[in-house]
Amino acid sequence: MNTIHIPTPLRPFTDKKESVEVSGGTVGELLADLTRRYDGLRKHLYTDEGKLRNFVNVYLNDEDIRYLQREQTPVKPGDSLSIVPSVAGGAPTVTTPPEAEKASARAVPDLSQDEIKRYSRHLIMPEVGMDGQRKLKAGSVLCIGAGGLGSPAAMYLAAAGLGRIGIVDFDVVDFSNLQRQLLHGTPDVGRSKLDSARDRLRTLNPHVHVDTYDTSLSSENALELFEPYDVILDGTDNFPTRYLVNDACVLSGKPNAYGSIFRFEGQASVFAARNGPCYRCLYPEPPPPGLVPSCAEGGVLGVLPGIIGVIQATETIKLILGVGEPLIGRFLVYDALRMRFRELKLRKDPECPVCGTNRTVTKLIDYEQFCGLRPASEVQAGAPADDWEITATELKRRLDAGDDLLILDVREPNEYQINRIAGSTLIPLGELPRRYQELDPSREIITQCKVGARSARAAEFLHSVGFTKVKNLRGGIVEWIDQVDPSQPKY
Amino acid sequence: MALRLDGGVAAAIRRHGAETYPDECCGALIGRDGAVVATYALPNTTEEGPRRRFRIRPQDYRDAERQASAAGAELLGFYHSHPDHPARPSQYDLDHAWPFFSYVIVSVRAGAPEAMTSWRLRDDRSAFDQEELTYEHDSHPDAAATVHRQEGIG
Repeated sequence: MNTIHIPTPLRPFTDKKESVEVSGGTVGELLADLTRRYDGLRKHLYTDEGKLRNFVNVYLNDEDIRYLQREQTPVKPGDSLSIVPSVAGGAPTVTTPPEAEKASARAVPDLSQDEIKRYSRHLIMPEVGMDGQRKLKAGSVLCIGAGGLGSPAAMYLAAAGLGRIGIVDFDVVDFSNLQRQLLHGTPDVGRSKLDSARDRLRTLNPHVHVDTYDTSLSSENALELFEPYDVILDGTDNFPTRYLVNDACVLSGKPNAYGSIFRFEGQASVFAARNGPCYRCLYPEPPPPGLVPSCAEGGVLGVLPGIIGVIQATETIKLILGVGEPLIGRFLVYDALRMRFRELKLRKDPECPVCGTNRTVTKLIDYEQFCGLRPASEVQAGAPADDWEITATELKRRLDAGDDLLILDVREPNEYQINRIAGSTLIPLGELPRRYQELDPSREIITQCKVGARSARAAEFLHSVGFTKVKNLRGGIVEWIDQVDPSQPKY
Repeated sequence: MALRLDGGVAAAIRRHGAETYPDECCGALIGRDGAVVATYALPNTTEEGPRRRFRIRPQDYRDAERQASAAGAELLGFYHSHPDHPARPSQYDLDHAWPFFSYVIVSVRAGAPEAMTSWRLRDDRSAFDQEELTYEHDSHPDAAATVHRQEGIG
């Protein structure tokens, strides 16, 4: 017979006995005899796979059995065994967002037979396994946008078994989306992106719960929308929403799996993780409006969001599993033309207005105004249109009336090849500062681009160099085609 | 279930959390019949970074048990701090939890101790249940603060 000393927390399972008499030839046999007598001990001493838990220490006469022959260590009569707890714990790691922690404080769900079959390639990897897959099932992500980045991210996350995927979008599927937004197919053109995305994700994996939010993200709804999710995946294509997502992530303590794309270049990082930098640590202020063109204006290689969106999905999975080295404090830049990845180090800025030590932004603000897209005075006055702008129908009326107007197209030559307003003059925005003298300041000039942002900047520039009769075509050539000339193609 | 913290216990845990900030602190809770009468601070020996982990070595655990029985009491559980994080148990806490013990967590934000909670593992290990913390009069954080202010006036 041998004695096993029982530590305090396990005594409720041994009728409060401090020591128990057991028999066997090895340490493993003694422990087996113990759990046979007191079955309640089993799950606290052993994992589901039947291995001793790593925080259970067993000493044979004051020697840790790890330094002997573990459970195979032979025992002699009179030897005594002690079970000694290692007590460990801690706050969630930087890789576990607070919301993931909240999710994990509740019981993680079990996997069905179907799910076990479906996820078998995950289950055989030690970094995922049953526990990790259950964490994924308990996990959730909110995708801001179901476009270029949101498509691959949501599709791979759904396939990987992420339990809950929310999507915020208000757009309908357009032909120009199909070159890269694989959530949507040709038959979906004209449908709401949310409907199309929901159908696609359900086909990929019916076990995934898909929430759809038919709204544009705003300062009013962001915190409420973020609340139920572990990770926020930023797939937006404009600065006001990008700053809004960042600030709302910081304020709600949720990590932001960030990505952005333009032409041949993509960027990715994880912002607003605990102790990590946020987007504002990198870019405290937005660029002047119109300076950085959007994908709608500048174009994007169709496969590029596939790479960047999948990086965002990868980071989301790592955050939820709590494995690997997350892209926190690192800014990944991908150049598809040269096929190169570069990595920049990011530091948390102590002066950051949102996440620094002396915070000036403590609630969500007006991000359109912050990005200079809507002057404060105009918001107050509520003026619908101002003297700087002209609508497509008004332009058509004046052209028909024979007014002498110079239409200045500030797009790129390859855009001009696709469609144009008859009689317009092309000077790309970037060339305007050295070519504006080609223009006659006495004539009335209407600046025009694709949707009106670059041309607003062009009009502003012309004013600054002394042109007085300049107006911007509101909504650009897209509005012109919609309102005046539907015979032309749109891109 | 409720866990009662007797005089000075809550203050000692909070003080320990503030001292080790931004690292986690840890220690044993000693008492009997659901009332903690003393704390026993222990070294945090984690090798995974004390900012977000704590570990109590087996020898320190045995030491704590000996201290408890020497005092004619028993080991009721352990406390630790969550620097800049809510006083809620993490998955890591759950994965490493022992039954029976009370796990007291104090949140320490920017060096200042805040909320304190206590948790017990369910027998099936699926989750923690929160247990109520009660305070003997002068150990309640607010009461202690009041006492402190009055001393200041005096």
